[in-house]
Formats: sequence, structure tokens, C-alpha cells
Amino acid sequence: MRHFYNYFSRPASVFLLLLAMAAPLQAAPSEAVSFETAAAGLASSSYSDRMEAIKTLGALGDPRAPGLLGSMLESRLYRRVSDDRLVDARREGSAYLLSDPSTGESLGEAGSRDIRKIMVNNSLRGAIRAVLSRMDLFSEDLERRRAAVEAATGYPSNEMAGSLVQALANEDDADLKAAMEIALATSRLLSTDAATRLAGLETLSETTSSEVRSMVSRLTETDADGEFYEPDPRVRGVAAGIMANMETRMRMLENVGKLYQGLSLGSVLLIAAVGLAITFGVMGVINMAHGEMIMLGAYSTFVVQELFRDYLPADLFYLYLPVAVPVAFLVTGLVGIALERGIIRFLYGRPLETLLATWGVSLVLQQAVRTVFGAPNRAVENPFWMTGGFELAGVVTLTWNRLVVIAFALAVLAALGLLLRYTALGLQMRAVTQNREMASAMGIKTGRVDYLTFGLGSAIAGVAGVALSQIGNVSPNLGQSYIIDSFMVVVFGGVGSLWGTLTGAMSLGVINKFLEPVAGAVLGKILVLVFIIIFIQRRPRGLFAMSGRAAED
Amino acid sequence: MNWQANRLVSVMDRRGWARFGGLLALACLVPALNLAFEDGSVLHLSGYTVTLLGKYLCYALLALSLDLVWGYAGALSLGHGAFFALGGYSMGMYLMRQIGTRGVYGNALLPDFMVFLDWKELPWYWLGFDHFWFALPMMMLVPGLLALVFGWFAFRSRVSGVYFAIITQAMTYALLLAFFRNDMGFGGNNGMTDFKELAGMDLQLATTRAGLYMASLLALAGGYLVSRVVVSSKLGRVATGIRDAESRLRFLGYRVENFKLFLFVLSAMMAGLAGALYVPQVGIINPGEFSPANSIEVAIWVAVGGRGTLYGAIAGALAVNGFKTVLTGLMPNAWLFFLGSLFVVVTLAMPGGLVGVVASLRSRREKRRAVSRVDTSEVAGEQGDTQDG
Repeated sequence: MRHFYNYFSRPASVFLLLLAMAAPLQAAPSEAVSFETAAAGLASSSYSDRMEAIKTLGALGDPRAPGLLGSMLESRLYRRVSDDRLVDARREGSAYLLSDPSTGESLGEAGSRDIRKIMVNNSLRGAIRAVLSRMDLFSEDLERRRAAVEAATGYPSNEMAGSLVQALANEDDADLKAAMEIALATSRLLSTDAATRLAGLETLSETTSSEVRSMVSRLTETDADGEFYEPDPRVRGVAAGIMANMETRMRMLENVGKLYQGLSLGSVLLIAAVGLAITFGVMGVINMAHGEMIMLGAYSTFVVQELFRDYLPADLFYLYLPVAVPVAFLVTGLVGIALERGIIRFLYGRPLETLLATWGVSLVLQQAVRTVFGAPNRAVENPFWMTGGFELAGVVTLTWNRLVVIAFALAVLAALGLLLRYTALGLQMRAVTQNREMASAMGIKTGRVDYLTFGLGSAIAGVAGVALSQIGNVSPNLGQSYIIDSFMVVVFGGVGSLWGTLTGAMSLGVINKFLEPVAGAVLGKILVLVFIIIFIQRRPRGLFAMSGRAAED
Repeated sequence: MNWQANRLVSVMDRRGWARFGGLLALACLVPALNLAFEDGSVLHLSGYTVTLLGKYLCYALLALSLDLVWGYAGALSLGHGAFFALGGYSMGMYLMRQIGTRGVYGNALLPDFMVFLDWKELPWYWLGFDHFWFALPMMMLVPGLLALVFGWFAFRSRVSGVYFAIITQAMTYALLLAFFRNDMGFGGNNGMTDFKELAGMDLQLATTRAGLYMASLLALAGGYLVSRVVVSSKLGRVATGIRDAESRLRFLGYRVENFKLFLFVLSAMMAGLAGALYVPQVGIINPGEFSPANSIEVAIWVAVGGRGTLYGAIAGALAVNGFKTVLTGLMPNAWLFFLGSLFVVVTLAMPGGLVGVVASLRSRREKRRAVSRVDTSEVAGEQGDTQDG
């Protein structure tokens, strides 16, 4: 920035600039200057002639100019000695490969003596860049225009202002038009006329982008000698007011951003913990292999993805994720049932032994997956409808995969809640948890309900694995990173309460994200853990503890 | 013999003392075979083996300490690895200070990793660790203090059973994350290593290694006797009562939390000592020691040996780790399968552990002997009857 201001404070340059600013506004370039003559000027030995040529090329708007200037920018523009033609040359061994800079057409080889390099220095490069981005403003391609406007906002100049006025007149896209207005306003801040600067500030008062902020804040600051950059106190006052406004809006938006990130983390915790809310919360089984169920779900996703890639046409690939959900549900559900029938049912009423046995199962599952799929991370690709995202006011980026996970987590929780509340199986599950003997006396096959409940919890963990494969790595250790968090969520929320699990996950996620900027990511996590440890000691049965007889062990 | 010595003797019967002494003498043979016989002799034990066995003894002490709280007070701590690691870090800090100017940066004031982080002075919590007399008690006091604070809160709020297991696991997990941070001043990810000497003895020397082995052995034997005294005292019996029926003991008027807290702190200090002896033998301490997986593995050593017996925990730690060394050498990938299955099999099929298996075999044999004795006496009785009749 500083360099930029110095550059433009030179009177000679200002004169040049004014000339250049006027140039694009002319209806047509003067007949006398053709593209060829301007291009030939690039090869001049005088620095000011070359600068002049660049500006003229920019003003002409000839479609051949970008290629020529692009070559020059990258120091690949040479003059062929034999015919004075400007060529793009790339070194290839001892010779140079020549091509036409505008068309890319090959012009054969040449030795180092046949060509002369067109020298460029940094100020010429700056001028070229400005000219190129101004030319992009008139490009046919919307994306190129957008990029040019973005660049213009970051590095405003008086020349750009002229081009922007012209481009604005031709622009149809409403969003881009608004962006151009802002870019134009930033360049107005450079004006020598205080009223123009004020008008520029007026337009900028609603924006929050960081480039604009630094431009405006500069108007309120002093340089090394204590002199204000902005001479007019009126403009300074307005700028200070706008800055204060921006700060408030920024803080609010940042908080919205943190809230979103917190909910996003919370939804990850939620979906990881929902399965555990069934196996641990409802059945009271300490399932340390819960994380491995998530891991198996993620690997099921990987396998489904590979099958889609190998056996189905590429345009069906985006469907692999909806297919992976039931597959993961079935695979982990069956593993869960096998686990319950084979091991856990012998250990009811012995929670510590269950803990150790399921930990052993988790080791075996991890090692089995490591043996089959290998230890390194496997790549699971986001389908197109989950890539990308959108930006909120230039501050908060909402990515689609995170949004999908939030929605998915809530959907799974809702489905589970409905299942427990309204289906026969849900009724039996609740009956068996509340009073096993009585349920059995009423004719409920408690053993069957046990393995179905455990299978359901495991299957939900598998579905969680599908979701988590979209936002993280798929590795044999995947489950390990979620197991402690999941237990924390369930215990914090209150054992046996889905509502508690939701509240627990979301509040832990949000607390974590609000602590992070204050305390740092790791310390924030530690503080949350310490908080939960203290919380459990205050309320050992969690946030939404069951009361009455059901609460007793 | 005065009263206290009497009590110490009475913690084991004569056969128990004979076994204890015999095993101790056998264990003393290890460094003797290493030092007394030349390399190449049939009876020579390599320095590697001595250090390996010394490491096992530290694990055994750790398992013993867990058995004290789990086996006798019923509180399964899944955070005992944290106490072990804290003891290890205390020792590591002392060993780091002994390096002095021999580090890579040759800084007399600061350990290498602090120079690397561009720190200017030693953090306050490192003060005093230049001296062995200060570091030695710290190896037990630091874990003891953590256990005191943590246990006081946990037991007072009647956090027990599975909830206690989970929050102790969260505790060691939080410490794991904390020690990974460079700002903590404990070497971050890399931890501490490259130790030179302990109390003036070069750690590479065979005699030092034999000495460390002997120290571990004495610590284990001492820890065993202390635990034996504690569990056979009235306090230990109350603790066992708490394990079996906590509310009943509370209604009888016992302050349950104080008994548990005492055993928990004592156990944490033993674990800290085990960690402190472990570090100079393996030559490194890093945050990985805090990982929850390590702590759970200790629980399986105790379960394999048989909990609530003390010697079972020691046997379990030695057996599992010995087998681990053999198996990881032969089939590196099979170890986790084996360890995982061990968890399952022990909990399902042998709840009493190795000790339980041995005891049931012996009782079956004695029953058979008793039955055969009864058979012969019955025959004799019948003969008598006929004579009488």
C-alpha cells in the first residue's frame, strides 16, 4: 500500500495517470495509433516509451493485447532480430522455442543470438497487471469479470476507476454491478477532491470486506511523522464513524460465524453420540467399540464409493452417498447384533467388564480393518452436491458438507425419537429398559429386544460414519477420536435422554468454538473436558437427568 | 519383636513369605547373571534383557497400584497411565537438567527444546528439578496431588463405577492434549529424551542399568508389602466392604469417600514411582504415555492376573508384557488381535484371572483328594460297623 501511494504521489506519474484515465473514455482510439505501432513501442529501449506503449495497448482494447502483455509480464517476450517481430520464447536446452504471444502459434526455434529480450522492471509489471485486469473487466466471461472486480477492490487506482465507470455501463449482472460500485468507491478514496472521497465513503459504509476495511481505516490513521494520511478532518470523521459501524457489524458476523461453527461441531458430536445414546443411554452398556462402529460405517462408504467407481457409469457417481447410508446401516447393525449375541449379553449387570470386553473388540476391529484396507487414510470423495459452499457478507463461509451434516444429524435424531415413541419396537425397548422382569412377564422377548436395540444403536453409529467420512479422514483410528467425545456428550446431556444428547452436543460444540479464539484450539478442548469433569461431579446424572424410580440403578 | 514388626510379619503366612523371598532372590539373579558372566558365556544375560525385565517390573508396579484401587476399593481408574506419566515427567525433568551444557545448543540454563522455542528463562515449575533430593519426592507427590484433588471431588460427589472410569479417562485425555502443547514447557510432541546420567551415574553403563533394575525390583517389593499391609489392615477391610456394598458401609457410619481417597492417592503415588523408574530405562518420556489406550491396557493386565489379589496384578503385567514382546517379535500384526481377544476371553471366561484359574484347579484337586480320603474312611467305617455289628 505504502509503495503504491509513493508511486502515485510523483507529479509526473499523476500526469500520466490523468492521461491514461482519459484514454478509455474516448469514444474510439485515435486513428494514428494502431495496435502494431503500440506493440512495437514495447521493444523500445526507453523505459518511458515502454510504459507509454503498455498504456496505449490497454486503451486500445485490442484482443491481441492480453497475450502480448501476459508474455511480457512473465519475462518471456523477445524481439526477433531478423524481422523485429515480438515473440514468446521458452528456453529448451540451449535453444529457444518461439511462438506468437497472442495466438500461441509456433514459430520454430531460435538460438540465443537471434532474439533480444524485452526488459521489464517492477513498475512496468505493475502497469501491465493494471492494464490486464482492466481489460478483464470487459471480458466475455462473467468469472473473469468477477475476478477483475475483486482485484480492483483490493488494489484500487485512478485508471481503474475510469474503466470501472465504463464497465458498469455495460454490466448486466446485478451482483457484479454492486461489486463494481464498491470497487469504484474504493478508487474514489484516492481522489484529490474531498467531496469525491466523501461520496466514496458513503457507498462503502455498508460493506465489511477486509480490503475495504483497511482502506477506510487508513483514512483515520497517521503516518510515521504523525501526519494524517487524510488531510480533510470532515472525511476523517465520516471514516471513523464508518469504521465503528463496521467493527460492530464484524463482531456480530463473527459471532454468527462462531455460532455456526459451534453448531457444525455440535452436529458432528451429535451424530457420533446418537448411537451411543441408545446403547449406553438406553441399555446401559458401556460400548467402547462404539467408535469402531462409526469407523466401519465410514469404510462401508468407502467400499460403496469404490464399487460405484468401478462398475457404474461416472454420471451416477453422485448417487453413491444415498446408497452408502443403508449399506452402512446394515453392515454395522449386523456387526452390532453379533457383538451383543456373542459377548455383551453375558455381561449385563457387570459394566466394568463390559467396558473391558468391548475395548478388546474395538482393538480387534481396528486391527482387522488395518489388515484389510491398510493403515493409511483412504480417500472418500464428496459428491458434487456437497462440495463448495457460500459466503455470508464476506466473513462467514458456510460449506455444503457441514450444512448437510447438520441437517442429517438432526434428521437421524428425529427419526430415532419417532421410532422410540411410535413403533412397537420402540415401545418394547422402553418397556425392557424400565422393568425387564415385568416386560418379560408381559410376553416381550427381552433377549430379542436387547439385540435389536444394540443393533439399532450400532447401525446409527454406522450411519454417523457415512456422514463423518464426508468431513474428515477415513482411517482405522477414526473411531478413537470420537469415542471420548461421544461419552462426554451422552453423560453431559443425561443418560437415557435423546433431548439431553441434542442439547449436550450442541452446547459443547458452541462452547468449544467460542473458547477457541480466546484460549486456542487445544486449550479450549482441555477446558471443555475439565468443565465436563467438574460438571459430572456436580450432577453425576447429567443435564437432563431422569428423576424418580427410573433414575436409580 | 515389637508390635509393628509383628503386624508386618502377619500380613502373609509362612508359605507366603517363603514364596516372596524366593521370587525376590530369583529376580536378583538377573543383574547378577548380567554382571558376573562375560558376554558369550551360557549364563550371561544381555544388558537388553535386564532393561527389558526392569521395564516389566515398572509395569508390574503400575498394575499393582491399579489393583489397589480397583481390586480393593472397587474404583476402576482408566487414568492410571496419567499418574505413571506424571512420575515419568518428574524424572524426565530431573534428567533433562542433568544434561547441562551437553545438549545440542549447549545452553547451561535451558533444556534444548526451550532454546528451540526461543524461551529466555526457566519456567517456575522447573525450579528445583536440578536436585535429586527435590525431584525424587516430586515423582510421587505430583501424581499424588493430582489424585488427591481429582479423587476428593469425584468421591465426595459419589461418582463411582463406570462414571468414575469415564471421567478418569477424560482426565488422562485432557492431560494428553495439554502435554502435546509446546507452551506447556514439557517438550511438546517430542517429550524429553537424550538423557545422560542419573545422580552422577552414566545411564549407558551396565552397572547403572543393573542398578535401575534393582531399584525397580525393590520398589515393586516395597509397593507389594505396603499394599499388603494396607489391605490386611482394618482400613483395607473397610475398603473391601465399600467395594462390595458401598451404601451399607455408608449407613454404618463410615466416611466412604475418605477410605477411597486414601487408597486412590496411595495408588497414584505408586504409579508415579513406577513411571519415574521406567523413564531412565527406556530413555524417553513423551505425551503418548497419557493416551487413554495405555491406561485401559493396565486394567487388562490386572484382569488377566486376577484382581483383588495384588500378586495377580504383578503376574498379569509380567505375563502379558512378556507375551507382547515375544509376539510382536514374531508376528507384529497379530498383537492387537491377541490383546483384543484377551480382553474378551478374560472377562467372559476367566473372571478371576490366572489366579482364579490356578485356585479353581487347586480346589478341584483338593476336592478330589478329599473325596478319595472320604472314600477310604467310609470303607474303613463300614468295616468298623460290621465289626461292631
